[in-house]
Order: sequence, then C-alpha cells, then structure tokens
Amino acid sequence: MSQFIQQLINGLSLGSIYALIALGYTMIYGVLRFINFAHGDVYMVGAFSGYYLGRWLINSLGMQSSVLLLVVVLVGAMIFCALAGLVIERLAYRPLRNSPRLTVLITAIGVSLFLEYSGQVFFGADPKPFPALIPDRLISFGGLTFTNKGLIVLGVTIVLLIGLTFVVRKTKMGMAMRALSFNPTACSLMGINNNVIISFTFGLGSALAAAAGILSSLNYPVITPLMGLLPGIKAFVAAVLGGIGNIPGAALGGLILGVAETMIVGYGDRIHVPPSYRDAVAFVLLIAILLFKPSGLLGKGTVEKV
Amino acid sequence: MLELREITVNYGSIVALHEISLKVEQGDIVTLIGANGAGKSTTLRTISGLLKPGRGSILYEGEEIGGEPAHKIVARGLSHVPEGRMIFANLSVQENLMMGAYLRKDRAKLRNEFDYVFGMFPRLQERSRQVAGTLSGGEQQMLAIGRALMSKPRCLMLDEPSLGIAPILVKTIFEKIREINKSLGITVLLVEQNANLALEVSHYGYVLETGRIILHDRSEALRANEKVKSAYLGG
Repeated sequence: MSQFIQQLINGLSLGSIYALIALGYTMIYGVLRFINFAHGDVYMVGAFSGYYLGRWLINSLGMQSSVLLLVVVLVGAMIFCALAGLVIERLAYRPLRNSPRLTVLITAIGVSLFLEYSGQVFFGADPKPFPALIPDRLISFGGLTFTNKGLIVLGVTIVLLIGLTFVVRKTKMGMAMRALSFNPTACSLMGINNNVIISFTFGLGSALAAAAGILSSLNYPVITPLMGLLPGIKAFVAAVLGGIGNIPGAALGGLILGVAETMIVGYGDRIHVPPSYRDAVAFVLLIAILLFKPSGLLGKGTVEKV
Repeated sequence: MLELREITVNYGSIVALHEISLKVEQGDIVTLIGANGAGKSTTLRTISGLLKPGRGSILYEGEEIGGEPAHKIVARGLSHVPEGRMIFANLSVQENLMMGAYLRKDRAKLRNEFDYVFGMFPRLQERSRQVAGTLSGGEQQMLAIGRALMSKPRCLMLDEPSLGIAPILVKTIFEKIREINKSLGITVLLVEQNANLALEVSHYGYVLETGRIILHDRSEALRANEKVKSAYLGG
C-alpha cells in the first residue's frame, strides 16, 4: 500500500509537468484554434534559461542552493519564456492570422525545428547538468518517504494552477480569453483588440511551459536541446485527453497521463507490460480517447442557439 | 451623426454593396429594410469595421472611420449588435455584460449601466449567474442588446433583432428599442426583415435591393408607398 502511495505521488509529480505544458497547448488552441507544435520547445528554452540563470547566480553571485535560488530561477525563466512566446507569436504566427490553419500548423512545426536546432548551435548538442537549485532531502511521513523535489514540483504546480484559475475566471483579461475562444468577431465588437489577448495568452502559456522546464530539471537534471520533443508530444496528448481548449481538462489530462505512466513502470510487469513501454502509454491513451470520446474527458461540443 | 458616402464593398469579385449613400441623424431611429441578401448586414458590418469598404467614405460624428479596425470604432461610441446575436455562450450573463463594458475606464460607475439593463430586462437579472448558452433565443437577444449598451454608445446598430424569436418577445424587444432611443437619446440604425415592424418603430427608412438603395423616405411615407407595400409589407 505504501509503495502504491509513493508511486501515486511520483505519478502526480510527473503529471504536473505534463499538465503545465498541456495548459499552454490548450489555451493557445482556445484563442487561435491551432496546435502550437513549438510549445514543447518553449519548455526546453525554459530549462536552458534556468540553466544559465542558475549557474550565473551560483558562480558569479555566490548564491547557495536554497528555496530563494529556486524561486528566483523559476520566476526568471518564466519571464524570459513569456517574452520569447510573445516574440514567436508576433514573428511567426501573427502574419498568418488570415491564412488557412494548415499553413499555421506547418509554420509551428518549422518554429519547433528552428528552436531545437538553434538550441544545438547555441547551447551545444551534448547533455548539460542542470545546477542543483535546492539541496536534496528526504521527507518521511507516516511510514512513507518522499524526495523534497517531488513534493516541490507538486506544490509549485498547485500554486500555479490556482493562480491560473484566478486569472482565467476573475480577471478582465481571462474573461476576454474565454470570450475570444468562443467568438473572435463578437470580441472585436466589444472593443477588444484580439491581438492583445492572443499575445497575453502566448505569454501566459509559455511562462507555464518554462515552469515545467525548471521543475522537471530539478528531478531529472540533464538537459539537451531536444528534451522538449517527447514531453511536448505527451502534453499534447494530455490536452486532447482532457478536451482540447478546456483548461481544467488539460490539467486533469496531464495528471492522468503522469500517473498512468508511473503505474506502468511500477506495476506493468503484473500485466506483462515491461517498464520500457512507459512512453507508449500516452499514445495508447490517445488512440483510446479518439475512439471512445473524441471531444476529450471534459470537452463538450457546444451548441449555439440560433 | 453617421453618414455613408458612395460605399462599395466587394466579396472577392462579387459586388455586395454598390455606391451606397445614407444618413443617420442624431436622435433618430433609422431602418434599413430589404430582402435576404440585399446587403443590409453587409452595410452594418462595414460601418462597424468588420468589413473593409472598397471605395467611399464613412463619417461618424464628422470623422472618417472607413477602414478602421472594429475595436477602435466601438471606442468611438458606435456599438453593433450583430446578426445571430453572438453572445458568449460559455460565459455567464453577468460576464457577458462585463465584456460589453470592456473599454469602460469608469468602472466604479458601471453599476448604473447594470441597473439600467437589469431594469429594462429583469429576466437577465434573474439569470445573471447562469451560463448565457442556456438562455432562450429571446433572452439572448436581450442580452446582446444589454451588452452593447454597457459600452455607453451614442449610436447603436441592431441587426435583425426579431430573427428566430417568439412573436410575443419580438414586441417587447421593439418596445425596448424605442425606449432606448427615447430615454437614453441613443441614435439607432436598425436592420430588419420584418419591414412592418421596422417602419412602425423608425423615423426614417432606406430600402435596399441587391446592394443598391432604391428608395428612402420618412417611415410613414414609405409605409404608404405602393411599391414598398407590395414588395415588403405583404400587400
């Protein structure tokens, strides 16, 4: 039983990473109706900006690994990626606002390849050790033992989810995001400059991807320019699983995917599934959801009265 | 207050509006009647900036607004209730009204507009927390009009407010349009297929046929016009 709970916590911690990335996919889909395939690479950019910022803080400013260091690196990477997201949207996607969606989709793949291979040019293709932002600790609780990092990932994700929920539900910007995802024409008739809302959404989604990049690098401290590929695809699956365009759905989809993967690693042997099949879990889930509930777990086809 | 001078609008190679000229005087209700596809909605969409005019000019309060993006035109105090209402079905009634007030800087005074809209349409107040997609067609039309009023417009354009609404509510909505015009002094440009109703409520009317204005006059005169009678008022 205690092993199961530990696996569950590990799964939720992994799922948090997928959830944070999936939120960006789903929010950007909401306002622009396309899948930003470069989103997984923004996650990579987040990890690398954290890598350079962290190293600079430790080596030049002599900061010690601590919660403060983690927070500074986390916030710094989020701000950097939010700006990067704005620039990507402005340069790559905005000129295509009235183009067919397929054009935008192909451009997204182009942006993805551009980020991956510019990463190899600028950061080098060999894996880099992510700095230890926070000292390792084991926390025992009721006969269970957790690493502090797993709990931090979970905790930071919860805080970010609460913040995001507040922004989306209670602020004027969030309301405009929801309105825009329903009807862009009506939005402009309210006096809303849709481009401002779209930029804001890209910034917000990219900041969450950056947070995911930092948090995952805490647990798996090796980063490479191609590290965004697989988590990017899995988070996309998570977004579809929850119902693309649905924000709570993306978070739920990410958590389910993370737990499912961890459980396969932990208990797969009992049903003759070797742990090495963990990466297949996402795709099995994708096929299943597309067969049985294509609108996703929380997604629903909206009906407009005329 | 609002003037169109020889506006031409093309959809690709198709000419949707052909050198349309019309004038809306301050404080009036002006209606645009005509058959399906005559170009009524196109006219409103061009004025509110959703479509770009090919040629001609649009003057609002003496300033050229032709070709300006839609969100800037709303900021000038010209609000458009589009055909099919386009309410935000995923937002609550209250949030829809908040979106209408998106540009308002004087947020403290929003209470007045909420009170006004809820006073006019009590049904919206009862359902203010409900998701707007669950409202009936008539209630959605009330919401669309209320939402447009939240921006405190000086001129309101309404596109087919009677479309797909129970007959008993149509009457209410037209009464409210008259009330908005009288008590708030908002100028109204009304597009309507139901020419009887439109000419009853309005001061002045334009008749649109395949992208051209073929007739315009005071509404009473149009109602007496033989041609209008046979073509639009059912004999």
